[in-house]
Amino acid sequence: MIEIKNLTVAIEDKQILNGLNLTVNDGEVAAIMGPNGSGKSTLSYVIAGKEDYEVTDGEILLDGVNILEMSPDERAASGVFLAFQYPLEIPGVGTMTFLKATLNAQRRARGEGELSTPDFIRKVNAAAEKLEINKEMLKRALNVGFSGGEKKRMEILQMALLEPKFCVLDETDSGLDIDALRIVSGGVNALRAQGRSFLVITHYQRLLDYIVPDVVHVMSQGRIVKSGDKDLAKALEASGYAEYRTGEAA
Amino acid sequence: MADVTPLRTAAETGLSKLFEATKMKYPTGVSIAREEAFRYFEAVGLPTRRVEAFKYTDLRSAFRDAAHPAEMPSAETAKAASAEAKGFAGIEAVRLTFVNGHFIAEESDLGRIPAGVNVTPLTQALAEGNALLDRLTPVRQASENAIYQLNTAFLADGALIAVEAGAKVEMPLHLRFVGTGSEAYSTATRVLVTLGEGAEAFVLESHEGPDGIAYQPNDAVDVVVGDDATFRHARLNAEGREAVALSTLSVKLGAKSAVETVNVVVGGVLSRHQVYLNFAGADGNAIVNGAAMLNGRQLADTTFLADHAGTGGVSRELFKTVVDGEATGVFQGKIIVQQAAQQTDGKMMSACLILSDEGQMMNKPELEIFADDVACGHGATCGALDDDLLFYLMQRGLPKPEAESLLVQAFLGAAIESVSHEGAREALIGTIEAWLKARG
Repeated sequence: MIEIKNLTVAIEDKQILNGLNLTVNDGEVAAIMGPNGSGKSTLSYVIAGKEDYEVTDGEILLDGVNILEMSPDERAASGVFLAFQYPLEIPGVGTMTFLKATLNAQRRARGEGELSTPDFIRKVNAAAEKLEINKEMLKRALNVGFSGGEKKRMEILQMALLEPKFCVLDETDSGLDIDALRIVSGGVNALRAQGRSFLVITHYQRLLDYIVPDVVHVMSQGRIVKSGDKDLAKALEASGYAEYRTGEAA
Repeated sequence: MADVTPLRTAAETGLSKLFEATKMKYPTGVSIAREEAFRYFEAVGLPTRRVEAFKYTDLRSAFRDAAHPAEMPSAETAKAASAEAKGFAGIEAVRLTFVNGHFIAEESDLGRIPAGVNVTPLTQALAEGNALLDRLTPVRQASENAIYQLNTAFLADGALIAVEAGAKVEMPLHLRFVGTGSEAYSTATRVLVTLGEGAEAFVLESHEGPDGIAYQPNDAVDVVVGDDATFRHARLNAEGREAVALSTLSVKLGAKSAVETVNVVVGGVLSRHQVYLNFAGADGNAIVNGAAMLNGRQLADTTFLADHAGTGGVSRELFKTVVDGEATGVFQGKIIVQQAAQQTDGKMMSACLILSDEGQMMNKPELEIFADDVACGHGATCGALDDDLLFYLMQRGLPKPEAESLLVQAFLGAAIESVSHEGAREALIGTIEAWLKARG
């Protein structure tokens, strides 16, 4: 379970999150929707531990432990996973090398033994097949020359391999065509489990047709301003964010 | 105008004394113009920053004194030193071993020289007036240089390697240079490799020596690549921490010949590797790469010159430098395209990753083009590790040092990918990994 309490965050003296409160229960898929500039991506980076942000107040508890004091790799080992809106290309680092290094680093951090190479390869191949990732992609440098859809599938592949407790999907639908959206959503849905929760950040309701959320939160001006069930997303799609933008202007 | 007596440093005076005292002892031969070479050196002296070609590498201050040329080591010393040599040790190869700049037949595989290859120790070649000696100094510009002239003046040993026309030699030939001793010394070696028409050979070169003494190796490799021949070459500078290591690779390319060379630098407090390419024939193809990993107060200089005389020459240069501590990387590269060398295609890139506040990189790329139908370009970059990439890797669970190492390895690895021999490529990657591990 993740509990975000009174999270207040600034970047270069500009306050982005204003005492945000949010709880995502175990096994729950929570969606966050909101207009541009409402602080959605900031929230995802702060959860993951990016350095550029100054947390001036509040806490983020993962199963009761405040993760704000942890480095990004420690948070990852505790089970936090961020699927990036724009996954980075890393020239010279082979995809398999990268996957093995990350998987083993997390296992080491948790005091587990490293995977043997055959076990690792079996695991990757099985997960890759489900996401329609071909072996040629796995032989290339990470994300280098991948299409937008391939990069997002690679993010989900990593999520599947690392088996996190809490997954943040930052606009995973951006840049995806319908087929890619179906594959990526299928990958996420396959990972839904009792001990795993998701925070799905999106601008559009479309993604939520594929990844059906348990809860929908609306974010504006750096805080959650409304919560509801999946029908809230549909209502937003019809009415837009105008109602919440008025709040911003106030 | 009155005669001017230039001020000479202790090292310069010392070199003059050493030359006079030792020149009679060296093997002699018509092709080694020692006296001429030394007079050239005496006229120019040790280069300072005021000499454009040494703008960033001041040899005058690097050479505080002139170390005595190393004597031929005893058989036991040579045996012990070569037993400890680590460079490319895991690769099956025919080894030619030099200890303190002297060829050691007992520690070399003279009995296993592949068919189509002839190896002659330089001393023997000089004594018998080997006709191949006429092919030394295949690139004119190399001899307009104090380092190469000093090598000629003090040349003590080396080898001639002749690969017959059509011979495709699969077994790597490993030139293994090992230093040993507890007092500073100097060495000067020259290896000449000639490849006949259509021949292929792969030459490994490793250089290592003791830490803690400021020994002064000066090694030169001259290569004449025949028409349609292929010369592959991987060089490792793992010299001792205090070594002042100078080296020159001069290559003359025949028509439709191919050259691949990479130089990996981890050793030496100061090193300068000079590469001279002369595209003599048409349609020559060269890949010249380098990877340097520097820390402490190391300075590593790569100076490159490609002279395109033949038409249609293609060259690709990629030099990667990682600078940590207070180290300095230097890259000077120049592509000359002569008027007749139409359709030349040359691309030169130097990229540096600076890991510390005090590290620095000097880049000086130059193009000198006299032909009108050419494609030539150069680029130089300097930067720190990308914070976004680091964050991405850390988000996936890699601790910061591991994430940094992965990125540094990827950065340097690009310069090594061209090494087609898998064992050599892996050995060089191992060198990078060891350096990163030591960095912690």
